[in-house]
Amino acid sequence: MPKRLASSLSDEVLEHVFSFIQSEKDRNVVSAVCKSWYEIERWCRRKIFVGNCYAVSPEMVIRRFPQVRSIELKGKPHFTDFNLVPDGWGGYVLPWITEMAGAYPWLDEIRLKRMVVTDESLELIAKSFKDFKVLVLASCEGFSTDGLAAIAASCKNLRELDLRESEVDDSSVHWLSHFPETYTSMVSLNISCLGSGEVSFSALERLVSRCPNLRSLKLNRAVPLDKTANILRLAPQLVEFSACTYSAELRSDVFSNLAGAFSNCKELRSLSGFWDVVPDYLPAIYSVCSRLTSLNLSYATILSPDLIKLVSHCPSLQRLLVLDYIEDSGLEALASNCKDLQELRVFPSDPFDAEPNASLTEQGLVAVSLGCPKLQSVLYFCRRMSNAALVTIAQNRPNLNRFRLCIIEPNTADYLTGEPFDVGFGAIVEHCKALIRLSLSGLLTDCVFEYIGKYAKKLEMLSVAFAGDSDLGLHHVLSGCESLRKLEIRDCPFGDKALLTNAAKLETMQSLWMSSCSVSFEACKLLSQKMPRLNVEVIDERGPPDSRPENCTVDKLYIYRSVAGPRFDMPPFVWTKDEDLALRLSP
Amino acid sequence: MEGELVLLGGGGGGGGGGSSGVSTNESAVLSNVEVVSEACSYPAESELELGLGLSLGGATGKTKPATATSSWGECGRILTAKDFPSVVSHRTKNGGPSVSVSGTKRAAESVSHEGGSPTGISGSSQVVGWPPIRAYRMNSLVNQAKSQRADEGDSGIGEKDKPKDALKKKLNYNGNKISSTTTVNEKGHLGFVKVNMDGIPIGRKVDLNAHSCYQSLAQALEDMFLRSTNSVGAEKEQLTKASKLLDGSFEFVLTYEDKEGDWMLVGDVPWRMFVSSVRRLRIMRTSEANGLAPRFHDSNERQRSKPI
Repeated sequence: MPKRLASSLSDEVLEHVFSFIQSEKDRNVVSAVCKSWYEIERWCRRKIFVGNCYAVSPEMVIRRFPQVRSIELKGKPHFTDFNLVPDGWGGYVLPWITEMAGAYPWLDEIRLKRMVVTDESLELIAKSFKDFKVLVLASCEGFSTDGLAAIAASCKNLRELDLRESEVDDSSVHWLSHFPETYTSMVSLNISCLGSGEVSFSALERLVSRCPNLRSLKLNRAVPLDKTANILRLAPQLVEFSACTYSAELRSDVFSNLAGAFSNCKELRSLSGFWDVVPDYLPAIYSVCSRLTSLNLSYATILSPDLIKLVSHCPSLQRLLVLDYIEDSGLEALASNCKDLQELRVFPSDPFDAEPNASLTEQGLVAVSLGCPKLQSVLYFCRRMSNAALVTIAQNRPNLNRFRLCIIEPNTADYLTGEPFDVGFGAIVEHCKALIRLSLSGLLTDCVFEYIGKYAKKLEMLSVAFAGDSDLGLHHVLSGCESLRKLEIRDCPFGDKALLTNAAKLETMQSLWMSSCSVSFEACKLLSQKMPRLNVEVIDERGPPDSRPENCTVDKLYIYRSVAGPRFDMPPFVWTKDEDLALRLSP
Repeated sequence: MEGELVLLGGGGGGGGGGSSGVSTNESAVLSNVEVVSEACSYPAESELELGLGLSLGGATGKTKPATATSSWGECGRILTAKDFPSVVSHRTKNGGPSVSVSGTKRAAESVSHEGGSPTGISGSSQVVGWPPIRAYRMNSLVNQAKSQRADEGDSGIGEKDKPKDALKKKLNYNGNKISSTTTVNEKGHLGFVKVNMDGIPIGRKVDLNAHSCYQSLAQALEDMFLRSTNSVGAEKEQLTKASKLLDGSFEFVLTYEDKEGDWMLVGDVPWRMFVSSVRRLRIMRTSEANGLAPRFHDSNERQRSKPI
């Protein structure tokens, strides 16, 4: 008689079946079916994603999943990007690398976002993982070209090195030269964040010429135009390329060299960079435009007429990032030319001026929403908006899944009616049933939150600033949004009531950020006491919150669920209910 | 909408919109009621008494913050330009928008809301972290501005400027501006620079926009690095004294790395020149700083030829 009637499939068969299940969410579901599936699954899980590095400890991850090959970790809260989180808050990757060095000798992929990565960590990676292939450091800091040199020297099978938007200290080491001459495996290299002193161009050229599998190359800014052409000629198989500084004056020899180089690149699908580009050079890329699916012009100060010309050559475009120089007229051209467009991001060229720098209004966004049936993801900075426009967008594009609108001036009302944007955003959440990410702006009352709580059932991430009237607003969101994982709030009149009433909700979410709101330290302590699986961190550089009058509100608050308990690396300006000084980072 | 925050079992839940939320989270709310009732036994119960009935637009319970930093409890309305007619004059002085007044009001009254500037805002009317543009992108905008200005300064040749003329003309949207790029840089919006102090592993960032002179910057840095966090109540008696970081009499001295990569003593060049060329700061041991030339003649001359 078979020992286990319930499971008529052997472990090996199940493991083989599970190997087809890649998505993490599905894997989590599989592991919850029964004990034996949990056991089998945990031994064959190869890829881990930890959205908050303090939610779990490396030891716990290793204990449950002993044979991981790929890990992704995120550290600091999102609002770090806007300088709202002081330096030294945390997010250190070294403890993770140290543990994994011993436990996962076959680890070959590490992806980090907003973490502090030291040269020591990089050296440990280089030393510990024999078959290391992929290193992505997104918005990270704390390391120098010394660490990069260690990676270059030791990782013979490195395929991907991506330093997107990280801060790298220049230690004057020619790190690129540390790739041995025998090294030929690079597939994707992104060094766009490095300064001119940190990249030896000749070493780069040699590297590119000996890596036949190179598909994605994002160079740093200071590479001049003629060198760009040379690099392209060495790598005509590129799919993704980030161009660099364009020289100020048009020279026909440079132009034709560049145009020739681009015309060789038949696989090119994605272009970015374009810092300091001069419009006269743009025609050099026309030969690749018809195949382009992604174009990032958000650093290019070129004006609407040239942008329109460019965009009209790109009918296959799916993703466009651009500055507001494109103007409404450019967006109208985009809407009529690029029917495959899925993602649009429009950034402000001069964000701090009250006067508009370019003629970009809500009309541009409406045009794209009407003209591009596949539009799903929007990030739009503008200076005026109307409820009518938002309703139109919502009704025409119910397939939107990411909608982030930033009306630059806080508390701006509907320019046509003078009213708040409750109705407009209400229409967005009502019609766009697949919405997973939303950012609000403009004048907003508690009403908008009522709509969000009622309709935004798939919403996972919500960003709120300068909005609402009372705790009721926050309460609507916390009690209504079933799928909410991340909530970040600044400068809103939300306080203790909504927070304490919805304490249990917080454990179902990844994190909550509140800054310049109305939460008291007493409430934080109470919440922390009642909810042991939440870490409630008050960030306040003014000193101990206890030392202030009782009614004073906390500066910044970051609450996240964790099974790892309180962390031990908190800097002096992070306060929790525990007075235990052993939890503090020792100087 | 009723505008009432009902904790459990009351008629319509939190208004029509929130009713479905209440029904599914009932058990959650139940446990929260527990939280509430126990709250009453805590010393600070007067603040935590979550009574039924939270009216829209009104005070949040009984919390009446003593400080002006949290005026939400009182008026629940974000103050607008109408409240502060006098702030308009700030614009020409600082080049910053005066219209984001809610930030100004808080900036004027509360140090805490402007994370990077412990000494308070001297004239800056920007709100920290708004608009929400990543620091990386802001860096690029400013670097572009700097390099374009460098180009303009290095050559007076019309040819080189030709492609930029169209840009400049377009950007002359507002008569006040000469070029958007110079405006960006003069405002120096990317004001955050890293500061490290010898002997302290964790660096900090300081917002240069929050300061208009070396004294105030040095004061801020002294507060950040030389003062323990427990002395919040202590008087800032050093406000009137000259900063020890600048006069060379102290064990440490303030230095900076300029965009050419050279390390210089802080304080020799005019403030604005400093702001436009500083990349990062370092509070160095005076003994180590002896090798630094207080005046680096070549770079000063280069800077003098650049239009400000």
